[in-house]
Order: sequence, then C-alpha cells, then structure tokens
Amino acid sequence: MSETTASNSEKSSTAKKATRATKQDRVAIVSGLRTPFARQASHFRGINAIELGKMVVNELIQKTELDPKLIERVVFGQVVILPEAPNIAREIVLGTPMNVHTDAYSVSRACATSFQSVASLAESIMVGDVEVGIAGGADSSSVVPIGVSKALSLALVDLQKAKTMGQKLSILKKLRIKDLAPVPPAIKEYSTGLTMGQNAEQMARDRGITRQEQDELAHRSHTLAAKAWEEGKLDDEVMTAYAEPYTKEPLQRDNIVRFDSTLEGYAKLRPAFDRKYGTITAANSTPLSDGASAVILMKESKAKALGYEPLGYIKSYAFAAIEADHDMLMGPSYATPLALKKAKLKLKDLDLIDMHEAFAAQTISNMRAFESTQFAKEKLGQRTKIGEIDMDKFNVLGGSLAYGHPFAATGTRMITQTLRELKRRGGGLGLTTACAAGGIGAAMILEVE
Amino acid sequence: MSDNTFFTFEQQDDGIAVISIDLPNESQNVLKMEFIAELEPVVEQIKNDSSIKGLIIKSGKEGSFIAGADITMFGKVDTAEDAEQLSLTGHKFFNALEKLNKPVVAAIHGACLGGGLELALACSGRVISDSPKTKLGLPEVQLGVLPGGGGTQRLPRLIGIAPSLDMMLTGKQLFPKQAKKLGLVDEVVPQANLMKAALKRIQELRKGVEKKTPISSYFSAKGFQKLVLESNPIGRNIIFDQARKTVAKKTKGNYPAPNKIIECVEKGMSQGMEAGLAIEARNFGQLVVSDEAKALISVFFATTELKKDNGVDSDAEPADIRKVGVLGGGLMGSGIAYVSVDKAKKQVRIKDVKPEGVNGALNYSWNIISKKMKRRIISPSEARHTMSHLTGSTDYSGFKDADIIIEAVFEDLELKHQMVKDVEEHCSKDTIFATNTSSIPITKIAEGAAQPEKVIGLHYFSPVEKMPLVEIITTEKTEDWVTATCVELAKKQGKTPIVVNDGAGFYVNRILAPYINEAGILLSEGVAIEKLDKAMVKAGFPVGPISLLDQVGIDVATKVAPILEDAFGERMSTPKAFEKLIADNRKGKKNKRGFYKYDGKSKGKEVDESVYSVLGVSPDKHIDANEIAERGLLIMANEAARCLDDGIIRSARDGDIGAIFGIGFPPFHGGPFRYMDKLGIDKVVERLEYYQKLHGDRFAPAEILVKMKDNSETFH
Repeated sequence: MSETTASNSEKSSTAKKATRATKQDRVAIVSGLRTPFARQASHFRGINAIELGKMVVNELIQKTELDPKLIERVVFGQVVILPEAPNIAREIVLGTPMNVHTDAYSVSRACATSFQSVASLAESIMVGDVEVGIAGGADSSSVVPIGVSKALSLALVDLQKAKTMGQKLSILKKLRIKDLAPVPPAIKEYSTGLTMGQNAEQMARDRGITRQEQDELAHRSHTLAAKAWEEGKLDDEVMTAYAEPYTKEPLQRDNIVRFDSTLEGYAKLRPAFDRKYGTITAANSTPLSDGASAVILMKESKAKALGYEPLGYIKSYAFAAIEADHDMLMGPSYATPLALKKAKLKLKDLDLIDMHEAFAAQTISNMRAFESTQFAKEKLGQRTKIGEIDMDKFNVLGGSLAYGHPFAATGTRMITQTLRELKRRGGGLGLTTACAAGGIGAAMILEVE
Repeated sequence: MSDNTFFTFEQQDDGIAVISIDLPNESQNVLKMEFIAELEPVVEQIKNDSSIKGLIIKSGKEGSFIAGADITMFGKVDTAEDAEQLSLTGHKFFNALEKLNKPVVAAIHGACLGGGLELALACSGRVISDSPKTKLGLPEVQLGVLPGGGGTQRLPRLIGIAPSLDMMLTGKQLFPKQAKKLGLVDEVVPQANLMKAALKRIQELRKGVEKKTPISSYFSAKGFQKLVLESNPIGRNIIFDQARKTVAKKTKGNYPAPNKIIECVEKGMSQGMEAGLAIEARNFGQLVVSDEAKALISVFFATTELKKDNGVDSDAEPADIRKVGVLGGGLMGSGIAYVSVDKAKKQVRIKDVKPEGVNGALNYSWNIISKKMKRRIISPSEARHTMSHLTGSTDYSGFKDADIIIEAVFEDLELKHQMVKDVEEHCSKDTIFATNTSSIPITKIAEGAAQPEKVIGLHYFSPVEKMPLVEIITTEKTEDWVTATCVELAKKQGKTPIVVNDGAGFYVNRILAPYINEAGILLSEGVAIEKLDKAMVKAGFPVGPISLLDQVGIDVATKVAPILEDAFGERMSTPKAFEKLIADNRKGKKNKRGFYKYDGKSKGKEVDESVYSVLGVSPDKHIDANEIAERGLLIMANEAARCLDDGIIRSARDGDIGAIFGIGFPPFHGGPFRYMDKLGIDKVVERLEYYQKLHGDRFAPAEILVKMKDNSETFH
C-alpha cells in the first residue's frame, strides 16, 4: 500500500530546502480547465494527446492571464503514451508560448494519472521547491500507437545486426504472413491478462449487481450531466475546442453526454463482455474518449500575492494499491479512508463526493463497500464503515459514464468540477476518488472557503 | 595584412589568400566603385605572387556577404554614358578576377545580392552557409535596372537560360537549398564549416575537378527542358519568345528593364561573352538614367527611410508589445491576426461573437501557415508552435494583459463605441485601442473613450497578408508613444506604415474615391467596363477601377462615399447610377453579383452585360484609353495634393508610398507627387483646367498646385 504525505507538514521535514512552506500555507488550486471530451474518432480524430494537452494548457494560461515566466513546473500525464514523445509535459512547454525555462516531467498512474500529476506538483509546492505550476493529463483514444507483432519486431532488430545477405534472408524466412499484421495497443492488463470489462463483470457478478441497477446509475449520470450543461455550470471550466484544420464546427460541449437520456434506452443494449450472463453494456460503461484537462497550482501565499482568488485548496490525498486479478477496481474504498484519516475527517463531514465511474458496476461495488461494516473490518482493519453515502452529495453533476473518460484527463476534470460545485454551494469539503488499472486507488479531499 | 579601407587581405601559411570584405561604418557590405578600385591592385598582386595558391573572398560582417551595389551611386550619374562607364569598370575588374591564374572561391554567408552575386559569379567556385540569412539573387529589375556587373552573361552560362531569366526578370531571392539545386553554388554547409568548404573547393579546383552534373538531373522536367531547348538556337528562341510574352503581359510596356535583360542574355548567348558584356553595359547605362528607374529607386529610398521613421516628430519610444488582441474574426480581423502572429511573432487573442468566427480566423492563419509547412519552408512543429500563439474566445477572457487591441468589427459607430467601452472595462489602463475602420473618423470613435489619447486608427488593406501598406491615423489627442508603438508593430507585421492625420477617408480612400468616381462617371456616360479597366491597367494599375469596386464591395464603397461627399462637397459626389446597383443587390465579388460575372468558369473575368441595363446605359461611347488614364491619374493626384496641403499626410514621400502600396498607383511614376513633378506642376494645372472646362469643377486644380505653379516649385 503506498502512502503519500499531504497536509501533514511534519513528515516533509526531511526536505532540505530553506524555503519550506509554512504550516498555514496550503496548496491552492487557482484555476482549472478542460477540453470538451469527445467520443473516440469523433471531433478529435487525428489530434494526438500532446496536441490536446497543449490546447488546454495554452488556453488555461490565456484565460487566467498567468505570466508564463511565473510557471516553474509542468507535471502532466498520458496513459496511452506516444512512443515518439514520452515526456508530454515538456512537449507542452516547448510547443506553446510558454517559457522554455519551465521545468516539466510526466507521470503515469493509469486512470488516476492526473491525481498523480496534481499530487506530485503539490508535493513540490509543499516542500518549497516551486511556487507555481500546472498539472494535468491528456489522452487520445483516436491517435494510438499501432505496433508490429513481436515476431516482426524481433526480426527487424535482428536485421539491423545481420551483416550478410544470407543472414538477412534466413531471418526473413522465419516470418509468417500473420506476423506482418499491425497490432493495436493491448487492452488486457499486462500482469493479469484480464480486460477491464472482465474485471468489472467479475465485480458485478460476485456482488449480484443487477443490470437494472447499473442502467439506473448510468441514466442518473447522463441526466445530471446534461442538466449541469443546460444550467451553464460547466461553461467556465470547459473550453471551446478549435481543432486543426479549423474547418470542423468548434466543439463546445462533451459529445458523449446524452441530453435525451431515458432508462428504457439502456435496456436495449446487449452485454458487451459476457454475452450470455453478463450485465455490463456499452451504455453502463464509460466510453473510450479523447480530451485533456489541467489545473494551476500555487502556494497559497503566492496565489494571493498575485491577486488570484483560488478555487480551493488541497486538504489531503492518498493512494492505495490492491490485488489486481480480483476486485481490481475497488481502489476508492481503500484510498478514501486513508485520505479521510490524514485530514482528520469522517465521510459525513464531506459536502460532496465525486467518484470516478469507470463502470456502473464498479461504482456501485464501491458505494456498497463504503457502507459496509464487514468490508471495513475485513479489508480495512477498522471497526466502523467508511460511511453512508447521501445521494444528494454523490456525483451530483454526473460522472465519467456521461462525460467520458480520457484516462489521464479524468482526475483534473473531477477536481475542478468538484471545487466549482462546492463554491456554488457556498464552500465546504469534497472528496474526489478514482479506481485505476493495476489495482490502484486515488482519493483527494478538497476544501473551498 | 595590408592596410585597406574596405577589406582586409591576409595570406595564410598554406598559401591561401583571404580577402575579408568589411565596409567601415556600414551595417552591411555594399559594392562601391572605390571598393573595386582598392581591390584591383590586390588581385593583380595575387596574380603575380607565385606563393599564393588560391583566394577566398568572404565577408567580415555577420549576416551579409554583399547586399548589392551601392544604389546612391546611380543617383550621381547624369548621362547614360557615365552609367555605362560604371558598368564597364565593374566588367574590367570581374573579368580580371575570372581570368585569374588561380582558383578564387566565394565563401558566402548572409545576403549575396545584385553586385554581390555578380562578384561571386566571377569567382571560380561558390560555397554558402545553410543559414536562413543566406539569400542569393539579382534583384536589379525591381529598381528598373539590370545586373550590370556581368550578371546577365555569367548567370545563364552557369545555370542555364530559363532559370537565369526567371531569377533576373523576377528579382527573386534564393534560399541556400534552392541555390544548390539550380547549380548556382557548389556546396551548402553549416556556417562554421564555410572556410573549410571553401578551402576544399580550392583544392578541388587546383586538381581540375569539375562539378559534375548528376545524370539524374537530365531526367527531371527542368533538366529535360534544358537539354531540348537550350542546346540549340531554335529552342533558345522559343525560350526568349516566351519570356517576352510573359514580360509584355506583366509590364504592359511600362517597364523597359525586363526586355533589356532578355536582349542581353539573347545577344550574349549567340554572339559571345564579349559582345554580351558590351550590350549589358550599354543597356545598363540607358536604364539607370531612365524615368522608370529613377522612380523605382525613389520608391526604394522612400521605403528605406520609412523603415527608420518612428512616425512622430518627437523621439517618443514605442512601448513593448507582447500580446495583440483582435476583435472580430472576419476577413480583416483574420488577416490582422495572421500578420501579428506569424510575421510580428506576437501572442494573439482573437474575439468574435461566435465560436465559428474564432474558428474561421484560426483557419485563415492555418491555411497560410500549413501551406508553408507543405512546402517544407517550416516544419510541422514550427507550424503548430506558431499556431499556439493564436487563441480565441467569445468573451474577453485573456484580454486583460493585451498591450494593444485592434478592432475589426462591422463598420458601425455605435458598435465601435461599445468596443471602446468594452476594452476600457476588460483590458488594462495602458492598452492601446486601434480601430481598423476604413470610413469612420477616428475622432468620432475616440469620443466614446475615457482615454482618447490611446485611440488610434490602423487601416489595413485586404488581403492583409499581401497588401504592404498600413495607414496609421492619429487624432489631435493621440499620444506620440501610441503612434510610435503602432508604427513599430506595423513594421514587425511586415508592413510599410504611413502616419496620417484624421479626416474623412484618411489618405488612401480619399484619393481613391475621386478616381473610382471618375470611372463610374465614365461608365454612366456609356463607356464599356472592360475599356475602363483595360485603360487603367495599361496605365500601370494592378487592377482596373471597376474590377476593384467588385473586389472591395460595391456596398462598402457606397458606404464610404457619402462620408466623403459630406466632408468635401460636390467634387466627391458619386454617380447616382451606383445606387441602382445596390437596389439590384449587387455587392460585388462577395455575393457574386457585380460588374463582372462570378459564376463557375468566368470568375470575374467576364463583364456581366446585364449590369448595363441596371445602370440604364448602353456601352457604346468611344473615348481614347489615354484620356481615361489621364483623367484617373490627374484627379487622384490632385486630391493627393490637397491631402498634403491639409496636413493629412506628413510628406509627399508618405503620399507617394501610400498611393503605390495602398492602391497600386503605377510604381514607375514613383507615386502621385513624383508623377506631378515629372509632368511639371504647370502642365498638371493646365491639364486639370482643361478637364475642368469640359467636365466640371471636380477637376478644379488644388490651391497648392496653383501656388506651386506660380512659384515654380516641385514636391520633391
């Protein structure tokens, strides 16, 4: 189980920097922005993750009128990494009007990637390494690296080493026609050989989560997301995306959210993974999508000195790691109690809970675990359950089922969305939490004054 | 080391002599007669010094080899014979250099133009740096003269007739890669390896290694053309005929230089080098003293002066511009955004009421930038990096830190006042408000401003990326630093700015209006449209007045016209027939209904005959083309004189440049003021009075002209 220090500044006392953050100086989230999320191969067809990342960071800087020279570091991530440019963060700095002296590195933590980029940058701010930075993530399911088969890959390397024509021919002779076909990126987990869908199906099956329950959650998610859009709640946190060659109509809203969602519509679909007995369908899972999101983080005092009114602050965060071949997507139920403990809070103290919806089944499994004393005892080693979930506080603007899930962009989407909703509700505390491939969980508690 | 004024001469241990050209007190090297006089004995010395095995000629200046001949030299000669003598002196030296008994290699980094390239052509080898600063060309034709240093002879012998004509007739400048491809240079290397490459070339030349033409080049279209056409007299005739036809089409017989260049190449290739050089010198002499060259050289000097002019009489410093805000993503806004982002390299934020408008503006820039990317002038990442400096929005987010706002919204005073208010509300207190209005007086727009001293006019011409002029309009309240900042920005956008005072129509539209009206009057008298347009194109304008109306928009013109008529009275009144066109929904090219047809094939080339019945005329009136041209030129020049008298323009120089770059006033006249000077002010007044008697008071000569006539003054 991994654990990272947050508000607890004593623990960072090992940092040798003289300019250590004072106890009162929190990590402020000054502003956040995302692109609209688009269904795979739709509006952002042909636009890779780096271009999406550049688009959102550039606009975020423009909108906030932040002097690029003040930005000391960019931490960014992508899950489907482009082999030609693995350090997306640095490409964003170099490809936009940003200052070349802005340091940049990239992180990857599957679906929790932008929780990690925020956490990493927050740590740098807490130890006094930097005062201003940008964190975020971007992913494209439309531009993906298509590789070659293992046999062909081996042969190509061998060919470079071969000296004579005879050697070269003997290498080529070993290749079969099927070796020449291109190979799409793996959807199976490298270590377990299971797909995400199979994991979710297992969780639904073992808990007896019905198709009806899942469809209802998906319907709720779409309905709430559509309402949020209609009420203009997302307008200031989602940019209008203008995509090369600027001939397509600009995208202003997510094209995944169903503005006319009806429960009956969900019932029509056939299960996507287990055709016979399965309950997981394309409609109660989050679709493959393209998008990017980012936030500006600053040391609280710096933000105020620059005249910014922060959206809110990071109260605490935690990551958890669990087994990856069974109940892999239960991360939120492990990471949340850790984050709560660090912040010395109970679930009932929170005004909002935003849980990433990879699958309706995974969300429901975690909701049940939150409310289960048995789970608390057996898995968390604590006597009391995490807490009852008040549906008036839970994913109140819908979740990833409706918005879509460009892997690395989801964390910063949730953070900005939760902060702004807290502000609309007059401040308070909010939890954002997500599961991720490999049995990883992330949770971050935010506060708004 | 020897003591020379214009260069240093050094003999290295390895027997290689190096001449490093470095003109004192000049930012770049130019070819002067004194310089040649100083070089001659050194070359003679090298010839006789057996310890010297080869010579490298390089520049001691960063960024310029030799940027051309010293043009002031041309102004000092009075007769064609004197000018011919200049050329002959050059020939003598270049011949000596060419015939030197040891290899001479030019090591070129930076601009190598005109006389500089001719010097390089007289060398036995040329190596160049791959720097973007390195450009090679013979731009003499643009000044109305020809390469008089043997260029017309040595260039075709080196790279072939057709490519050399192309270079000399257009004056275009080649990038290193293009120069190598054409065979103009032997090798392109990074600047740091330039001297090594030059030395290597000398060694090759000493061994007698000739540059080999790769066999593959004969299989290219150009190589094939060269093989078939240039190797025999019949083929060569085809090339020359073709070149003459193209020239006639472009110059309409107004510019003598291109045909003289063709003559030099033709004679030189058939009668030999010596005869070729003789004809080159003679033609050069004739051209240098020609009116056309004098006019074009005056334009060159005026532009050079304007580059140094800060636009105000004080020494106000321009403010730093980092971010440019553009309001309105229409045609003008898009063009302004493009030159600001790609030429001036500024951060640009564009605002439009609709996302589609922003998208359109982005698309406009992307179309130009991606074209450069496809031609490999820039890389895809450079193209996208430039694009990332251009962002847009439908609100004022991201405008607060803009240093200047250029508005290009609909021409409506109320809307402009709203823009002023918005900018004062959403931007900082130091933000300059520039308006791209073409018709509304800036003073009126400034009335809506809390800080009128920061309001200024920036009048661009369409299409912005192509039209070289920007009219900068100041009001009485505009502060000097604001003007100086806009002048600086316009220069960075690649424009030639002229600063003018506020007044109806400013300068360019004010002198354009009577000219267009005159064409309209002639048309309503029954002169055919193509006759009018042809007459003015023959007179040297790039497009005819009626065709221009279609392009600018008949609706736009009829919107500007009443403003001018209000301000200046009857002499600016438009032919009443134009109203009928608006009633018939004819706006011009934009709605594909105008004087010309815009459907399918004809694309504005064929007159829409139905327009005559709308106007109620039959196009059968005969009038001499010369008279059409004279009336157009005179009425425009007359108004220009008034502008100078009224203090609208700061000088006759600005008036000349504004008319040439803004309207396309025939450059070979050097602008309206030089045109009047050349004609003689008394003659101008006489002709105006003649037309006044025939056609009315709109031809009444400007007061200033009458005064100047009485005092026998000229403008320049």
